[in-house]
Amino acid sequence: MNRPSLWEALRGVVRRDLLLAMRRRSDVAMSVFFLVIVASLFPLGVGPEPAVLRTIGAGVLWVAALLACLLSLGRVFTADYLDGVLEQMVLIAQPLPVLVVGKVFAHWIVSGLPVVLLSPLLGLQFGLDGEALGVLVLSLLLGTPTLSMIGAIGAALVLGVRGSGLLVALLVLPLYVPVLIFGAGAVTSSMAGMGGEANLSLLGACLVLSLFFSPWATAAALRIALE
Amino acid sequence: MLQTVALSCRRGDRRLFSDLNITVQPGTLLAVVGENGSGKTSLLRMLTSLLSPEEGAILWQGQDIREQREQYCAQLTYIGHLNGIKDDLTAMENLSLSASLVGDHCDGPAAHAALEAVGLRRQAHQLPTKVLSQGQKRRVALARLWLSARTLWLLDEPFTSLDTAATGLVTEQLHAHLKRGGIAVVVTHQEVGLPSSIVQRLRMNG
Amino acid sequence: MNWSKYSAPLAFYPLAGKMIPWFSVVAALAIAVGLYIGLLVAPTDATQHDSYRIIFVHVPAAWMSMFLYVVMAIWAGIGMGLNARLSFMMAQAIAPTGAMFTFIALVTGCMWGKPTWGTYWVWDARLTSELILLFQYAGVMLLRTSIDDLRRADRASGVLALVGVVNIPIIYFSVQWWNTLHQGASVSMTAAPKMAAIMLTAMLLMTFGFWMYSIAVILARVRCVILERESQPAWSNPSAAPEVAEAR
Repeated sequence: MNRPSLWEALRGVVRRDLLLAMRRRSDVAMSVFFLVIVASLFPLGVGPEPAVLRTIGAGVLWVAALLACLLSLGRVFTADYLDGVLEQMVLIAQPLPVLVVGKVFAHWIVSGLPVVLLSPLLGLQFGLDGEALGVLVLSLLLGTPTLSMIGAIGAALVLGVRGSGLLVALLVLPLYVPVLIFGAGAVTSSMAGMGGEANLSLLGACLVLSLFFSPWATAAALRIALE
Repeated sequence: MLQTVALSCRRGDRRLFSDLNITVQPGTLLAVVGENGSGKTSLLRMLTSLLSPEEGAILWQGQDIREQREQYCAQLTYIGHLNGIKDDLTAMENLSLSASLVGDHCDGPAAHAALEAVGLRRQAHQLPTKVLSQGQKRRVALARLWLSARTLWLLDEPFTSLDTAATGLVTEQLHAHLKRGGIAVVVTHQEVGLPSSIVQRLRMNG
Repeated sequence: MNWSKYSAPLAFYPLAGKMIPWFSVVAALAIAVGLYIGLLVAPTDATQHDSYRIIFVHVPAAWMSMFLYVVMAIWAGIGMGLNARLSFMMAQAIAPTGAMFTFIALVTGCMWGKPTWGTYWVWDARLTSELILLFQYAGVMLLRTSIDDLRRADRASGVLALVGVVNIPIIYFSVQWWNTLHQGASVSMTAAPKMAAIMLTAMLLMTFGFWMYSIAVILARVRCVILERESQPAWSNPSAAPEVAEAR
């Protein structure tokens, strides 16, 4: 029987998406560029006082990261839906939720990881120092995969729907609230000398929960979209 | 053996067909013909398990496909009216990725052979498919048939935008598949050039 | 009596019609008595004077908003599990009522906040969660209206409602956590430590009234949805049996 092993199928999904991202590097550059611009706009809006920037820094960077993730959600499934690759993926003889994890992982490598890597630099713009920067990177490292996992549900739900770009934002943003709170909270509480551990472990819990639930919901949404 | 039992389909407010009973035996081809909007594609998507029937069931080897989705998927090759290929990847990459993803055996020489069998010359193998013509893209998608050793082939308008030569090649490949005891369901608006003894026609009148 | 036959929308239609007046009357009575006790009989609060009386609307509305979201998600879940059209219709009918109660809870919360906190909006944990709940209702309803195919709209908004249900407790917890981190313990809506029995009675009566009102309104809306969906348009082709030409 012609059946790929689970690992083969998973690796194939990730490999194709990474290969495609390599071919279209401008897409990746765009979301990074977006993050930098948004983060740089805030000081222009609220003024250059270092004290103010330090207080809002964590929140601003987290919101910017969240928006960058939101903007890239359209890329997870839309192209595959339009060119028929998605229906072929659904017909692979392996559990769809696992393949969804592969898709989301590839998406995170392309759009989430650059944000994490860039964040210390942006943190410096806001006057965050040593420990706070470390906590910021760690919080984004735990939080951005969760954003991708939750976002994938929304991206799958709005496939082929008119005005899907705006709609996905409306569906997904309320669900992002806990991640934002814990993520930004980790940085602020470490700056206040309380340590970010509690928030970071909560972020980790969110990641585990989303890894557990969201692939099922995304798979269900994909099947619904393809009917 | 592929069977539909009292199958019915509704899209939106429209009932496309109801109480459809067909049986496709190994070694035969079911040609689904009919005007646009008569439910041909819906029927084919139901057979792939992408679309779930409103009423009735589809049986594969006597068992409902909803109860054996993964085993069933492992035995079918579906080529829809969308090609399922990526514009930014080359013909080779597209073919080998899509074949290996579904678990068909595919190394470099096999992929080249398949692309040549469907009439794509060597020079085209390493080009991104976005520079290929519609007909050539369709050929890249159909090349999977040369790598597929699966029993059930479900094809949606396979001959669209193909020239006469390519149509002939695909028809030959279909014939070989049926001779091996395979089953095929082909949605088409043109005649399939196969002996009528192994072709069953289903006319859908919307 | 065979209840299962009422799971067919067209059989449910007349039953719903018969039930609506009863629920409406009970709702009107309960709300009238509840308001009477709450506004006239219950004693004036020592610190908040008469402004506290808005809780007789606010708290029941907030309870209903959360309760209805869960009920909506359950109907959607049943719909997906059993492929039952009526369940999806119920879910569709519940959403606007739930959103309305969420909105009422928010507005009355603001009205209560002005005399108590001196400002209309405070990022109180409960108010903030209620706001996010409103967004979630909006998301479910927007998703439904943006999808043309009814079957897909039902299922997609169902998935979203279920995802939302998993999220509501997490959101509530996170907002509370965030709130204590930033403000210390804030004044919450139910500040009164011991509620007088008379106040509790009024509040429960109001809740009961809102509940009955919801049932009446939702049944009425479900009837509209059934009419809208089950009337077969004239152009639909009842049966186009394909002909099979055996050529073996």
